[in-house]
Amino acid sequence: MVIDDSRAMRMILKRIVAKLNFEAIEAGDGQEALDLLATMTEVPELALIDWNMPNMNGLEFVTKVRAEPRLREMTLVMVTTESEQSQIVRALAAGAHEYVIKPFTEGAMIEKLALLGLVPTGANS
Amino acid sequence: MTLSQADFAFVSTLVRREAAIVLAPGKEYLVEARLIPVARQVGAASVNEFLANLQRKPNPDDQRRIIDALTTNETSWFRDREPFTALTDVVLPELVKSRGSARKLRLWSAASSSGQEAYSLAITLQEALPAGWSYEIMGSDISTEMIKRAEQAEYSQVEVNRGLPATQLVQYFERVGAHWRVAPHLRRNVSFKHMNLTAPLPSIPQFDVIFLRNVLIYFDVATKKSVLRNVARLLRPDGWLFLGAAETTIGIDDNYERVAAGRTSAYRVRSAVPAGAARKG
Repeated sequence: MVIDDSRAMRMILKRIVAKLNFEAIEAGDGQEALDLLATMTEVPELALIDWNMPNMNGLEFVTKVRAEPRLREMTLVMVTTESEQSQIVRALAAGAHEYVIKPFTEGAMIEKLALLGLVPTGANS
Repeated sequence: MTLSQADFAFVSTLVRREAAIVLAPGKEYLVEARLIPVARQVGAASVNEFLANLQRKPNPDDQRRIIDALTTNETSWFRDREPFTALTDVVLPELVKSRGSARKLRLWSAASSSGQEAYSLAITLQEALPAGWSYEIMGSDISTEMIKRAEQAEYSQVEVNRGLPATQLVQYFERVGAHWRVAPHLRRNVSFKHMNLTAPLPSIPQFDVIFLRNVLIYFDVATKKSVLRNVARLLRPDGWLFLGAAETTIGIDDNYERVAAGRTSAYRVRSAVPAGAARKG
């Protein structure tokens, strides 16, 4: 699941995860993502989450997902321009598994997903 | 040969536009060092010729090669992962047993470039060594520019994204303006030294572990032999040598034996391999 209010960024992220054989669904903010998740029987394996979005920001989304047992297995990765050390600590403390600072390269994103065991061996070489 | 101002400006503009990377003046050496393999790959006689051709006739593939060379090559933290996992799972437990009285380890990151490997080793040791142990890591490089860069220990946002888990970023780095600097508690265990691996090496205390990865590939066989012989003199008799995945001592220097180390291989000086240790052909 790709959650970002920028359509261009959603496209970039979808293209990257497609290379790892992920089929991505999109949401423009945290609330829209939660609404979508409520309708889904199969929980996505991974969510790439922007921080600053209207309606519900990425940090609130992470906090809500972590409080929901049904969504426990989702791997949560913040993908944001927020680069203060304290912000990273807040996101990790709230339950994000990884944190990618924009701008990033495709290789960097794939390496981060590899750290989380989401990249088949050899796919990031 | 140094990059001309016009060539440097061309590359700076390209990477700023395509990858949001700002190359400050003074990085000419870095740009040139990274583009040498690219120029060779495309069959240009020099970096100057490569850039001149590209400016005359723009070509998206070559532009991509430049961006990759300046953003993805040789800059990852914990590059290739497996050697670091082997260090934690196989090498350090053995060294902790055999160095129980000294409780101190010395590691060498040979050809340390901008320092990511040396600091990745420091993070690994920081997390894996038992309390009461200390360590020293020496990085070396032939480029004084790279030594300076590694000593500064400052990395851009793009660089810290590369293979560094966020938990380690916040634990071992501090923000300095738009950059991240390796924290003092890690930096104080890491030093850098200018060294040419193909020349006689200085007399310094031997190392328990040497990372000499993706260095030999640049040399011809005679130079490989000489580097491996030099390095053996600085490796403790029961120490461990890690090479790049595409490199080996086999057929070059018979004094080394390849041994299994977790999911990868390492090299040890032949007489020192304990009986029964797993060997790989």
